[in-house]
Amino acid sequence: MTILLYLVPAALGLGLMALVAFMWSLKSGQYDDLDGAAYRILNDDDVKDR
Amino acid sequence: MSTTADYSAFLRQSNKGRPTLDLAIEGIVSADAIATIEHSLRLTPGLVSARLNFTTRRLSTEWTTPDCDPTPAIETLERLGYRVAPFNADRTESDEDRRTKWLLRCLAVSGFAAINVMLLSISVWAGNVTDITPETRDLFHWLSALIALPAAGFSGQPFFYSAANALRERRMNMDVPISIGISLALGMSVYETAHHAEHAYFDSALMLIFFLLSGRVLDHAMRKRTRAAAANLAALRVPVATRLNVDGTYSELPSDALLEGDLILVKPGERFAADGLIMEGSSHIDQSLVTGETARIKCVEGDRVFAGTLNGETLLQVRVSAAGEATLLADIEQLIDNAVLAKSRYVQFADRIAQIYAPVVHIGAAITAMGWMALGLSIHDSLIIAIAVLIITCPCALALAAPTVQVVVAGALFRRGILMKSGDVIERMAAVDTIVFDKTGTLTLPEPGLVDHGHLSDEALRWAGQLAQASHHPLARAVRDYAVHRFGAIGVLPGVEEVTGEGVRVQHNGTMITLGSPAFCNLPVPLWRDQESIIGFRKDDEAGYISIGQVIRPDAVQTITALKQDGYRLIILSGDQKSPVEALADELGVVEWIAAAKPAEKLAYLDSLKSQGRTVLMVGDGLNDAPSLAAASVSLSPATGAHVTQAAADAVFTGARLAAVRDTLLLCKRGQRIMRDNFLLALVYNLIAVPLAIGGLVTPLIAAAAMSGSSILVTLNALRARTVRGTSL
Repeated sequence: MTILLYLVPAALGLGLMALVAFMWSLKSGQYDDLDGAAYRILNDDDVKDR
Repeated sequence: MSTTADYSAFLRQSNKGRPTLDLAIEGIVSADAIATIEHSLRLTPGLVSARLNFTTRRLSTEWTTPDCDPTPAIETLERLGYRVAPFNADRTESDEDRRTKWLLRCLAVSGFAAINVMLLSISVWAGNVTDITPETRDLFHWLSALIALPAAGFSGQPFFYSAANALRERRMNMDVPISIGISLALGMSVYETAHHAEHAYFDSALMLIFFLLSGRVLDHAMRKRTRAAAANLAALRVPVATRLNVDGTYSELPSDALLEGDLILVKPGERFAADGLIMEGSSHIDQSLVTGETARIKCVEGDRVFAGTLNGETLLQVRVSAAGEATLLADIEQLIDNAVLAKSRYVQFADRIAQIYAPVVHIGAAITAMGWMALGLSIHDSLIIAIAVLIITCPCALALAAPTVQVVVAGALFRRGILMKSGDVIERMAAVDTIVFDKTGTLTLPEPGLVDHGHLSDEALRWAGQLAQASHHPLARAVRDYAVHRFGAIGVLPGVEEVTGEGVRVQHNGTMITLGSPAFCNLPVPLWRDQESIIGFRKDDEAGYISIGQVIRPDAVQTITALKQDGYRLIILSGDQKSPVEALADELGVVEWIAAAKPAEKLAYLDSLKSQGRTVLMVGDGLNDAPSLAAASVSLSPATGAHVTQAAADAVFTGARLAAVRDTLLLCKRGQRIMRDNFLLALVYNLIAVPLAIGGLVTPLIAAAAMSGSSILVTLNALRARTVRGTSL
């Protein structure tokens, strides 16, 4: 059962990473405009004129 | 004097060190706007970045230095046809935004904790039936406690605070049983763990918090979306006005402090700070805010102007008729707020349930525990069953069933230019089976329009439009509006002379161009036509008649046909003479029509419909049929700016589209159906789950899952009310 000593912290660590990632995305305003993001992908302003 | 308002004062210093400016943008209809707006602003000097939030219709901009002038950017946007207003940065990060983020943060923490505790719990469950050692189980339980206690303490805050507030005011709300349930489940689990028991309930408590929070976040997001529209309107308010004092001096004062009768100066390109009458000057005013009409309208001395609308090219003196909260703009904002908060019968019912429900739940849980103890079950097992009862009966689904639908429908209607004035409109609209239309201003447009221009060429019509611009006569307006609509921007002719009661004329390159009464244009008096006014136009040899009359709404035929297909009985009830009403009824394909009805006869007719068991929707402009609007089961008015709030109707729609009538009916019908479904769902859930819980057949974990599942189902169901196939948006 000593394997638990590695696995449990590993599981918790992965979960924590996801939590931190979410908190970061929330803080950086990624949930402020949920409708716009769907349309922005169609916007090719960032492509240089060919 | 500068030609536009000074926007640099609105720049705010942000934390990142770059000054920012938020703008509320009106007039965005499609997602193209994202690219159009951001692209067109790219070359603005001093602008670092511009990003449009398509959900809230707000543009955030960043600038290099605090003394940058954002005016060119705003002018660019206005040239593109958008209405722009600085959005006060203090309000941007509003309480509501902060609350949304707080709820999301709580949701994330509870989600993280629930997953990890569940991981440990499943191992214990599996181990309990196979070979887990008591030591390992204790370790897992303590680990769960280590995660669950702080996580529940953090993410349960929305419930704990709300419950504490309610108790402090000696009230009960839904959050009281939820908080008690969570605390009991956690407390019991710690006790169990300390006594090396086989079961702990950390997972149940966390699941409950997680799912309840999901419901709250959804509900909050819907409300925010609807209210964002109202907040954007509020941004159009002008904070400071320039008053012209009696002694000829100027003073700047807050718009709210203006009094009726004050004289204010409104610079070109500025928004009006108050409702009022123009005393001096004439200008093209963008009144789209109140009329929905995007073309600028020429307003002269004596015309009414409204707070929040945009002055055109000249400096105006305006006599204030209403300021602050009394303005039309404030009224519209208020209407939107009311629509969101308005309480339908279902919502009132849900509120009452919530008040009696909490005590009933507590007593029920206590009786369950005592009952099981009396039957000989241990204190511990009886408490577990009581916790399950407490969790499963949190009547969140019942509480959410109606209000969520109400919010969604109010928002959907508002996006189509329809404002509800009372909360029970949804259920009354849904019951309608007969629609009675007034004719003038309802099936036809409220303003007279150009009906026929005979054989006059486009060139001639353009000239006529330019001439008409100089006059304030309603017939001239109709000609001008037609020309603007058809040719776009038409220039202004210098030196146009108006002959009162006759017409307008101008000398152009040696020829006289005239527009006015046929005699004024040297034309023979034409045959008189019913309900139409005929004017003449002459330029050199080209001359002809233009007839002006009531113009049917552009989508009237289409809408009436669709309504007939929907199975409504349609009736035209008009005070006009027989022949025009008959002609219109023929054109629209309406079989039942009554002409030359006096207001009292209209009332009697509506009563007779009612006595036949009909539920009547009256659509009228309320100018001469206010009593019939009140007499019908429910009423709808087309609103031109001035009448938005005066109308006696239950709901008003703006703009030229008659389709708004059908949209209202469709959305309300669907909203009503979804509300009923929701109640049914919630009731069925409670009827099944509560007896099972009292019978001791449900563990706290299953209770948490079932209870939250029902809330989320109800909320998601409400979202379906947002779109209806067949409506015009």
